[in-house]
Amino acid sequence: MRLNSWVAPALLFFPLAGCGGVLDPHGPVGVSEKLILTDSLAIMLAIVVPLILATIGFAWWFRASNKRATYLPNWDFSGHLELIVWAIPTLVIIFLGGIAWFGSHALDPYKALASKAKPVEVEVVSLDWKWLFIYQNEGIATVNQLVVPVGTPLHFRLTSSGVMNSFFVPQLGSQIYTMAGMTSQVSLEADEVGTYPGLSAQFSGEGFADMHFDVRALPPDAYAKWVASQKAAGPTLDRATYAALEKPSENIRPTFYKAVDPALFDAIVQETAPVAPGADGGPGGQDQPTPKKGM
Amino acid sequence: MPAAELARIDHERRQARVALVEGREPGITPVKYSEPAEHGAHKRGPGVEVGARNQGPAPKRIVTGYGFWIFLLSDFILFSGFYAAYAVLSHATAGGPTPGKLFNLRTVAIETAFLLISSFVCGMATLASNARNMLWTQIGYCVTGVLGLGFLILEFSEFGRMLAEGAGPGRSAFLSAFFALVGLHGLHVTVGLLWLGTMMAQFWAKGFRADVLRRGMCFALFWHALDIIWVGIFTNVYLLGTSP
Amino acid sequence: MFGKLSWAAIPFDQPIPLITSLVMIAVILAMLAWITIRGFWPYLWREWITSVDHKRIGVMYCVLAMVMLIRGFSDAILMRSQQALALHSAGFLPPEHFDQIFSAHGTIMIFFVAMTFMIGLMNFAVPLQLGIRDVAFPTFNSVSLWLTASAVLLVNMSLFIGEFAQTGWLVYPPLSELKFSPGVGVDYYLWAIQISGIGTLLTGINFVTTILKVRAPGMALTHMPIFCWTALAANLLIVAAFPILTATLGMLLLDRYLGLHFFTTTLGGNPMMYVNLIWAWGHPEVYILILPAFGIFTEVISTFSGKPVFGYRSMIAATMAICILSFMVWLHHFFTMGAGADVNGFFGIMTMIIAVPTGVKVFNWLFTMWGGRVRFEVPMLWALAFIVTFLIGGMTGVLLAVPPADFVLHNSLFLVAHFHNVAIGGVLFGAFAGYTYWFPKAFGFRLDDRLGRAAFWFWVIGFYVAFMPLYVLGLDGMTRRMQHYDVAAWQPWLIVAAGGAALILCGIGCQVAQLVLSIRKRDSLRDRTAGGLQLRRPAECHRPRSLLGYEAEGDRATPPHGLAGLQAHRTAAQQSHRICRSFLCRCDRLRAHLAYLVDGGCRPHWRVRDVRRFRLARSFRIRIAGRRTGEDRS
Repeated sequence: MRLNSWVAPALLFFPLAGCGGVLDPHGPVGVSEKLILTDSLAIMLAIVVPLILATIGFAWWFRASNKRATYLPNWDFSGHLELIVWAIPTLVIIFLGGIAWFGSHALDPYKALASKAKPVEVEVVSLDWKWLFIYQNEGIATVNQLVVPVGTPLHFRLTSSGVMNSFFVPQLGSQIYTMAGMTSQVSLEADEVGTYPGLSAQFSGEGFADMHFDVRALPPDAYAKWVASQKAAGPTLDRATYAALEKPSENIRPTFYKAVDPALFDAIVQETAPVAPGADGGPGGQDQPTPKKGM
Repeated sequence: MPAAELARIDHERRQARVALVEGREPGITPVKYSEPAEHGAHKRGPGVEVGARNQGPAPKRIVTGYGFWIFLLSDFILFSGFYAAYAVLSHATAGGPTPGKLFNLRTVAIETAFLLISSFVCGMATLASNARNMLWTQIGYCVTGVLGLGFLILEFSEFGRMLAEGAGPGRSAFLSAFFALVGLHGLHVTVGLLWLGTMMAQFWAKGFRADVLRRGMCFALFWHALDIIWVGIFTNVYLLGTSP
Repeated sequence: MFGKLSWAAIPFDQPIPLITSLVMIAVILAMLAWITIRGFWPYLWREWITSVDHKRIGVMYCVLAMVMLIRGFSDAILMRSQQALALHSAGFLPPEHFDQIFSAHGTIMIFFVAMTFMIGLMNFAVPLQLGIRDVAFPTFNSVSLWLTASAVLLVNMSLFIGEFAQTGWLVYPPLSELKFSPGVGVDYYLWAIQISGIGTLLTGINFVTTILKVRAPGMALTHMPIFCWTALAANLLIVAAFPILTATLGMLLLDRYLGLHFFTTTLGGNPMMYVNLIWAWGHPEVYILILPAFGIFTEVISTFSGKPVFGYRSMIAATMAICILSFMVWLHHFFTMGAGADVNGFFGIMTMIIAVPTGVKVFNWLFTMWGGRVRFEVPMLWALAFIVTFLIGGMTGVLLAVPPADFVLHNSLFLVAHFHNVAIGGVLFGAFAGYTYWFPKAFGFRLDDRLGRAAFWFWVIGFYVAFMPLYVLGLDGMTRRMQHYDVAAWQPWLIVAAGGAALILCGIGCQVAQLVLSIRKRDSLRDRTAGGLQLRRPAECHRPRSLLGYEAEGDRATPPHGLAGLQAHRTAAQQSHRICRSFLCRCDRLRAHLAYLVDGGCRPHWRVRDVRRFRLARSFRIRIAGRRTGEDRS
């Protein structure tokens, strides 16, 4: 009859571990979030599946052609039932609400991860249409690739050069919006060596689909070696280079900078670094760099 | 169709309708409204049956007034959207002029007085139209209009001054929000004045007809609502903006 | 002189919009030519375009919705095809085109399909159910319709002059600011939505006044059918929420045209404020869409179970609770914007609380079926599919309401699957159920049953095939609005989803065929008891009352004598007053009649002897709504 109603719950139980998404986390944040997701799903299924069965069951049993079913044409109210009917969803929601409240606080993006290791500070800038990562303490920068040590908390401070984006590495955990003129924060950690895809989860224009990057988690000594090798050779990211980087471009291959202007990120946030030029041409589409007198 | 025939059919129709209601038509049983006492066994919810018996569609005056009042509530929400924007952006002066430097409280006080008095006079005009006194109705509306016009002139001159100083709406987010909020109110006042002129003309040309009176009532509601909004703007934008 | 308008605005270099526009223009011109040649303009103008009759306006709204459903669904087919093909490739839709398509899809479906369908059905049924002649402000009603139609015209014009927004259906700044969207697309969007927003607001004012102040004598609020209650709640939401939309889009217009700085990235603008404001409208909006659908399902389930709705007061309480709570949950649309744990937690809990009255409604529907005699007519099929589908969609909604879960699922295809689950399963199925249920009431003949069932199965199976894979993809990390991708594991699911869209296309085809065929053979589909008014508590009569009359149940009432007088009235009125002769207006006679009946005092129970009144009412409708052989048609 309604076989397709079985498909949905079945699909949701389909083992997706190893498929590389939300259900295959490799960091403590992602693991907690997956746990909350599956627990909430189980609780909700305990309500929803019986209700779906009841829907089909009631409709079938009380079909007009079934002479064995009792016909109760005047039965339209029952105080006891109303009490139960209001109570069941309320109790479930109280329970889930607790999960929501405590989960929100435990997994608050602004909360630092508890760890013995010193966090790696990364400043993230979303540009049109690539990601810039500035390693605050190491003094290097990369575009469209993030290399991190395993088992070390990563503390991100994020901003945008123009439009809104969302920094998201599904296998590591929470995403967070990046917005111009302000910083947002998120803390993540990778627990296993590997490469994890990252992307922007907030549509930002033509080159949005190419705004992905890889997160390479290396063992700490390999990471240290990598940092050292980056500092050895390569271009420098200063204001001029940044201005060139800021121009709209798509499908950028990973780029590495050996040194970066330490005040660059703050300047971007304050918008005293060159402001993102915006879309190409079009009448009326010119940038308005200085406020004109009067209007 | 000849008039006699029409009249006959109409008469028959009326008879049939009366017969229907009085239950004289065969095959029809009139619905008797039974008091709750008759149905003691049946559950009655709180305050449902007797008190809530509906008398039917309300008179046109009430329906019109009710609908207009709902519209005014929606207008309040429109204003509250701009209000919220102002509240959020009131400190985003982007290095430009701040409220303290910008607002001339004396002018604002005169504007407020104009608007409040015009509201009072509008109330007088409404009373006059209830008393069917054309002279005082027109005088009342005229004074309302003059005061409203005075408000607008003062407000536009303030805007002009700010624009000349370089504190136009494009200067900063705070100024954008300010000009939008106060400008929206000014726009409503302008529309209100046009409506007022129309109402004066309609009263003059058509007298105290029922529909003209309904429109007059709606206008009065509108004008008073604008006054209420101005009180809010005056307090939150001007007074709080310039307080130390 | 023409500003941005030049020959370059016409997409000569883009085959798909060009051909689509040409076809559309050709179809429209052909229709206009046919109308002109056949001389239908006077009739159309007099009876439809300038009509202020709520039934006519309701029908026109529904026609508009169905036409726009085709446009919105074409966008969907294009999107699904593109995504099914675009692994490691650019597909056949370049980004600027794909971006317009998904923006137009969302805009059209929400504003011009879902809203118009629900408003159309409310327009048609609410005054009939309240026993009144028309809504409180009939002229405003017509104004609302034509404002909406103008907005539709604008959106469709964007296909061949200029472009549409490339920002998503809610045009978030800074992307939608002049700097990042210098073209005319966002302008088309803003003007269209502002214009139709005014129309919708007028509808809201109209219906709130009508339901609260213009009911038939004796009809207390607690005597109203549940559809009227949900219509009241939805229209209260319209009145309260649409001004926020007007304000917010107005601010964006000011930013774009006058260079203000509400949402710009410089000089103090705050895009986060836009997100808050637009969702403060946006969340009540989705409840505006779903509440009338809930009402329709209540009517349908009650009718086709042969029982009054279970827990009438509880349903009212749940409806009004949803109405109020819908204003307190808006932040769940952007948990990831970083508002902090307390704020996120509060809104998460509020979102879950709003699931409680919804769950109560589901229970009440189930208990309405319990002890009933369920007939699986097409509207009831839609209702059953709705309950199952909405349970799943609501469940995923509650999952997304947990902020930590939302952190990994926000803006993914899981979210897309969730909102399509509740929008299609709730709003669209409700629209189809209401359309099928009330079609005989409007036009005097039923819709073809077999094609209706075929359409139903295509839609339901197609929906599941199209959207269940999206849940999987969302969990797999695929985000929404991607013009291309390079994860091979995603493609099989997207191909399946495209297959589902094809099934839905078959469903729509069946519905079009159903309409055409039903009109063609309408004489054989005449409905003898076009009903569906769901006057409160008709079921104390001991036969299941088939108000819709799919099975006449042996009822062959011959009209009593008393009708002759009323019949003469109709004739006289027709001849002397030149009222419209359509089936629609003939329902007015019935309604006037019912008003007489109700005038005696509407009580919650109709006793058995009142059955005769229904028979009278039905037979009266028989007389006026259709031809019956051997009857005197003086």
